[in-house]
Amino acid sequence: MNVSVQEADFDVGVEIAALSKGDVGAGAVASFVGLVRGDDVSAMTLEHYPGMTEAALAEIVSAAMGRWQLRGVRVIHRVGRLLPGDRIVFVGVASSHRHDAFVACEFIMDFLKTQAPFWKREETATGTRWVDARESDAAAKERWTNSR
Amino acid sequence: MTIKVLYFASVREAIGLAAEDVALPVGVATLGELRDYIATRGAPWDVLTRTKNLRGAIGQQMKSFDASIKDGDEVAFFPPVTGG
Repeated sequence: MNVSVQEADFDVGVEIAALSKGDVGAGAVASFVGLVRGDDVSAMTLEHYPGMTEAALAEIVSAAMGRWQLRGVRVIHRVGRLLPGDRIVFVGVASSHRHDAFVACEFIMDFLKTQAPFWKREETATGTRWVDARESDAAAKERWTNSR
Repeated sequence: MTIKVLYFASVREAIGLAAEDVALPVGVATLGELRDYIATRGAPWDVLTRTKNLRGAIGQQMKSFDASIKDGDEVAFFPPVTGG
């Protein structure tokens, strides 16, 4: 399965290597790793909607595969309590040439941000708060409907 | 008609419940009508009509509030997602 939702951390090197393993036609692997920022946050807890999350991620991956020539895709998203510096999300894409890998990686992240049912709750010095959705994330997703 | 309703994140926290079975009266046929029907119970369920940009899902797929619901559906209400 190329989509995982898990509490455990992941090994970025292992995941990147696996994307092109045994595929001599893969000429490019692009990846993105999202981390917990610790500016004013001491921890965050990620909640999700089991079942729908995996389905939404699989749908996003499938949309990317329909749009670009991709040879491999891997999405891992962590849930539970995470600390500053911890990895939250991994997106890796393998393709024959770099353009498809770069673009598809960004597309998957932009859709994940607005379509996959995850919610962040931050712990700060003054208490806890649910993170508000950002309008810039919705705009980042919208631009894909009019261009490639 | 009975619908399984799930709540997530700030909505779940406000209501103090992650899931409930809701028996629907005649006339409640869409996601938006279900949201409004539950909200008429008053606090804390009115969080459904107070949450800015509330989202809804039917059968684990995000849907617009004019989407139809049917007996046995799993419906969810939640705030805009913030993963990644």
